[in-house]
Amino acid sequence: MAQPRSLVSYGARDGMAMVLEDTLDPTTGLRMRSMLLNMGPSHPAMHGVIRIILQLEGEKVVDADVEIGYLHRAFEKEAETVRWHQVFPYTDRLNYVSPLINNVGYALAVEKLLGIDIPERAKYIRVILCELSRIFDHLTCIGPMAMEMGAMTVFLYCMKAREWVQEVIEDVTGARLTVSYCRIGGVKADLPEGFREKTLSAVSRVEEVVDEVDRLLTRNRIFYDRTKFVGVITKEEAISYGFTGPLLRATGVEYDVRKAHPYLVYDRVEFDIPSGANGDTYDRYLVRIEEIRQSARIIRQALDQMPPGSVHVKEVPEVVPGWLMVDTAKVGKTSRLPFLRVAADPTLEGSQKDFAPYVRSSERRVSLPPKEDVYGNIEGLMNHFMLIMEGNGIRPPVGETYMAVEGANGELGFYIVSDGTDRAYRVRVRPPCFYLMQALPRLIRGHMVADVIPIFGSINMIAGEQDR
Amino acid sequence: MAASEHPAVSKLRQAFGDKILDVYTFRGDTVVVLDRSVNVEACQLLRDDPDLRFDFLMDLTAVDYLGFGRVPRFEVVYNLYSFANNLRLRLRVPVPEEDPVIRTVTHLWKAANWAEREVWDMFGIRFEGHPNLKRILLYEEFQGHPLRKDYPVNKRQPLIGPIN
Repeated sequence: MAQPRSLVSYGARDGMAMVLEDTLDPTTGLRMRSMLLNMGPSHPAMHGVIRIILQLEGEKVVDADVEIGYLHRAFEKEAETVRWHQVFPYTDRLNYVSPLINNVGYALAVEKLLGIDIPERAKYIRVILCELSRIFDHLTCIGPMAMEMGAMTVFLYCMKAREWVQEVIEDVTGARLTVSYCRIGGVKADLPEGFREKTLSAVSRVEEVVDEVDRLLTRNRIFYDRTKFVGVITKEEAISYGFTGPLLRATGVEYDVRKAHPYLVYDRVEFDIPSGANGDTYDRYLVRIEEIRQSARIIRQALDQMPPGSVHVKEVPEVVPGWLMVDTAKVGKTSRLPFLRVAADPTLEGSQKDFAPYVRSSERRVSLPPKEDVYGNIEGLMNHFMLIMEGNGIRPPVGETYMAVEGANGELGFYIVSDGTDRAYRVRVRPPCFYLMQALPRLIRGHMVADVIPIFGSINMIAGEQDR
Repeated sequence: MAASEHPAVSKLRQAFGDKILDVYTFRGDTVVVLDRSVNVEACQLLRDDPDLRFDFLMDLTAVDYLGFGRVPRFEVVYNLYSFANNLRLRLRVPVPEEDPVIRTVTHLWKAANWAEREVWDMFGIRFEGHPNLKRILLYEEFQGHPLRKDYPVNKRQPLIGPIN
């Protein structure tokens, strides 16, 4: 009988020590050799770019290694070189499926460092948009995950529903993904007219789609068999791996930052934390479905509780074109300026003077003045100058804070160090899926190659956030 | 919560005495500054003590305090969370520039594995006892550690080609 021949196959270029040895199958006596299979970095089922190196015995995954970093854009280094406000566009690109939650997380961290509060209305706006983003993110997880298992209809339904949410977000922020909507001390602009009706209609239509998806998948034999008891992780192990979000809750640990450390107005709305029991792919799916419903619940309550902004003020001030106001100011006719409102560029709409107090903090040292003031009077111009120009800007006290929000994938934390200048000394992001992806080899070990896809899909890895 | 009221603080003081370099609260976050000789023991105590149970290592990162002119230059930061008590605690452990080594906590929390690799990658702080300490976000041929403050932000490195 031939001796098993051992061979050192090539691993990853960094010398991943995967020694592939021939083994003897105890039942048949045949010689077996495991093989290495690269999944990714460019693979249709790899959401984003990531490389999973599988060691296979037939169809079975014996071991795996994960290589990340393909989407590294030096977020943390860039954030040290720009001023506090300029970090927002970078945060959009962390979790690019729910950029608003990243915006809010960063803004809250800086506000915590500064020790300032923001207007009530801005808090509600943030909460509503965060929950819309969460719905958006969960739909983006469930749809593709189902599609990769052959449920094309579910994918199309989810994308359809996602578009309704997207339209609302686009109405408010002016962008689809790169929203940059938050500001330190509030948000960029007030909500557009008709927001309430549009959101309520979008949310109820999304709920209908979620019910449809529920009917299509939850008791579907194929879906059930492919996800139930697949990729199981225990409570203790999940905690040790630093799991948060739907994956942790699927194991039965009811940890949600929104309940544990309520921020904004989450302590004023009622919602439940769904949790699973088995910690498998099926439970993660169920938790996400239920979270969409809970988010809808939060949005409805927040819309009812939200204090009115100037949209609801009856007297509309005189509206003039921007150039006219600037010209009037230049020739010194400033007496009427405080009562004018500018017909702003579409990107600035809602941030005019009569809106500003409702959505931005009155702290002059952090919140940007409305454009009418910048162009119309010296105080506004100085205020703007002090916040924007080189060498000036927001100056939080020396110190450091950690602020966490509940991102769609789990705890999204910002650890910010300030040296008292207009730039962050260090901005560290705690990306939820960095810690989730670490456990992927553990989750897929012992399963079939085909199971890798739903397990990976249920993690909902977002490369932008993981690699930063 | 004042620093003295945090239940972990008295336990840490009792166990490690003068190895606790500083304790303070800033903006509601309680922070303990530790000597690096007891980092693993302190983490073990915080995780296993039945009253504390800091079972989550939420985040592990580092800060380069070159701009502050501080000696020692680096600090490794542990953000811990206790689910049972719903409490957070931050540990800061100074690490000197000339000997950037600290003991690993991978045996306590599996989450520390990649997090420590990232700190090695970005700051060049080595973790003694780490099972697989190699770069994670950058490639092996990368020169230097980019989140150090003396690494120029506009520095470019040559693109690497295929190995063969």
